[in-house]
Amino acid sequence: MSAPEKIEDHGLLRFLTCGSVDDGKSTLIGRLLFDTKTILADTLSAIERTSQKRGMEAVDLSLLTDGLQAEREQGITIDVAYRYFSTGTRKYIIADAPGHEQYTRNMVTAASTANLAIILVDARKGVLTQTRRHSYLAHLVNIPHLLVAVNKMDLVNYDQAVFEKIKADYLAFAAQLGIEDVRFIPLSALNGDMVVDRGEALSWYKGPTLLEILEAAPGAHSEQAEAFRFPVQFVCRPQDSANPELHDYRGFMGRVESGELAVGEAVTVLPSGRETRVKDIQIGGQSIPAAVSEQSVTLLLEDEIDISRGDMIVRSAAQPQVVKQIDTTVCWLAETPLDRARTYLIRHTTREVKAKVASIDYRVDVNTLEQQATDKLQMNDIARVSFKLAQPLFIDPYSQNRATGAFIVIDESTNNTIGAGMIG
Amino acid sequence: MTTLTKQTLSHLDWLEAEAIHIMREVAGQCANPVLLFSGGKDSICMLRIAEKAFRPGRFPFPLMHIDTGHNYQEVVEFRDKRAAELGERLIVRSVEDSMKRGTVVLKHEGESRNKHQSVTLLEAIEEFGFDCCIGGARRDEEKARAKERIMSFRDEFGQWDPKNQRPELWNLYNARAHKGENIRAFPISNWTEMDVWQYIEREGLELPSIYFAHTRPVVMRQGAIVPVNVPLVSGELTNLPKAGEEIIDLQVRFRTVGDISCTAPVESDADTVEKIVLETATTTITERGATRLDDQTSEASMEQRKKEGYF
Repeated sequence: MSAPEKIEDHGLLRFLTCGSVDDGKSTLIGRLLFDTKTILADTLSAIERTSQKRGMEAVDLSLLTDGLQAEREQGITIDVAYRYFSTGTRKYIIADAPGHEQYTRNMVTAASTANLAIILVDARKGVLTQTRRHSYLAHLVNIPHLLVAVNKMDLVNYDQAVFEKIKADYLAFAAQLGIEDVRFIPLSALNGDMVVDRGEALSWYKGPTLLEILEAAPGAHSEQAEAFRFPVQFVCRPQDSANPELHDYRGFMGRVESGELAVGEAVTVLPSGRETRVKDIQIGGQSIPAAVSEQSVTLLLEDEIDISRGDMIVRSAAQPQVVKQIDTTVCWLAETPLDRARTYLIRHTTREVKAKVASIDYRVDVNTLEQQATDKLQMNDIARVSFKLAQPLFIDPYSQNRATGAFIVIDESTNNTIGAGMIG
Repeated sequence: MTTLTKQTLSHLDWLEAEAIHIMREVAGQCANPVLLFSGGKDSICMLRIAEKAFRPGRFPFPLMHIDTGHNYQEVVEFRDKRAAELGERLIVRSVEDSMKRGTVVLKHEGESRNKHQSVTLLEAIEEFGFDCCIGGARRDEEKARAKERIMSFRDEFGQWDPKNQRPELWNLYNARAHKGENIRAFPISNWTEMDVWQYIEREGLELPSIYFAHTRPVVMRQGAIVPVNVPLVSGELTNLPKAGEEIIDLQVRFRTVGDISCTAPVESDADTVEKIVLETATTTITERGATRLDDQTSEASMEQRKKEGYF
């Protein structure tokens, strides 16, 4: 047993794989897990047994991502599954979303936390309707990096011309969607070419392997400097503490959704609009000089201001919009259709407000991208919807800030999450 | 595609920040939550996360352990010590009390009590009116957990319906529940066994001694190492060897700790956290595959237990 070297930590990358079973998605994930040595012996022997039982010659790596009994009985994936692997320098979280049209909502769910999407294309079939659908949805949810993996190159004799044709076809429609950052890679998940190892068969391809691309991809959602946004989750007031120094302690607890903040900076509290300065930033009662994006901290402020859950602390110089109506793109998640007569609850950051539909402009056919007039929304529909709000929200356009641009719609009678929306 | 430029959190810092955020969402959204603390390594990490989330305040929830009565003495002692150090309230509810009430009936005396924890848990939820239980389950543990939500919805009977779970988008968690219904919240869903050990190492967390290599009497049963003659808190010995089994003294450590009857150790000489991290990096057997006798019963046994109210 040799000690692994102490290596630099490149943090964590969350990515999404989209494609149907036929594209070899499960095989690709299986290959990534297997070639990064994430699969352990007992799991491997279990899938070897199953492969034999099903009469297969080689180990079927797609069995690694086989899910629930309910799904195995039906032979389909019905829900988003999360998988993990690590390379020593980086930890990965894969959101594995089923590709079928009926599962638009699952793909949107999986995409909402991803910073990179792998879109699988079968080399024999080229760019299909579902490729467009997956790309449209990945773009809609604003995944910053798209990677088109042309899989099953082994079935087209590793022919470069096939790869180049698919690349050209894809780029033509990506331009219509406004997709800018997209890369292409030829591979064979079945044989492992260009996934973790280069293999011999694709020597004409000079670019990085799939894993090399993942290792170098930015982990942060945005490369641009974002405005500081701190939705308050919980207020800490340990008045009853035995320590008298804590009697006046008021800690505002939350996660830095975007941007950075240092002690001494001027901040504004919304909705009151009161200004003050940052007295201290703490984690678990210990002071730190500054907080960065995605860090969970506690803020202490110079002045005594009444602040509660649902309020937002922002830098005074860069404030979000305060609005009582929002224009949005919504993905409907529930089997019960949207009812224009009803009042719903919108959850945005840590804030919940009552909302009613003001208008439905159109729905988008996710296959043709055609806009269709409609006055109702069914499950898996994507539509432009405006909402009137009972109280204001503090928003940024989703394209600029995922955290303050996103919301969910909740049905108060069932408490279910029935819609997902993006502002702007 | 650009390469790494912006300063990002290390993977442990990111996982910790996410877990803190989830615990605070529970505290902010739920009226009467509870944190399940067994004295095991995952729940020990959960306590550190709760400290980082809520100190200098008190935890906005009590701790609770569902004790099967067949827990390792070292773990039970550690559980009590840790709760006392933190100055937080610890509730213990026991499967044996459910047996006395007649709500848990064992098929035979030696049957594992692990799955019966569900009954006692549901009884405790009702007794205290808890609307959310925070647990240390991880998605990498088992395939039925790979699709589990961070906030998992359970109906009035504590049942998990995999087909009727709320979609979870971005970090907008919906922990709303009607009276009688329940949310199970899993702040370390996205952690792996390796992350847990690296976190324990980084934070210098203390663990019950049975996580480290030690010598104990065992027998080999159906390929698994089964500890025998294990003293209970009462002093009584449990897991007696069967006739004809040869007892050997073996150097072992536990990768998971639970009910004595269903938790097996692995052979190991790792007696420090650092050595365990190394061993975890090079192991060839999954955590539950090696050590949880209850998960091997059927391919879908975790899924089945979760439907019945298990964590």
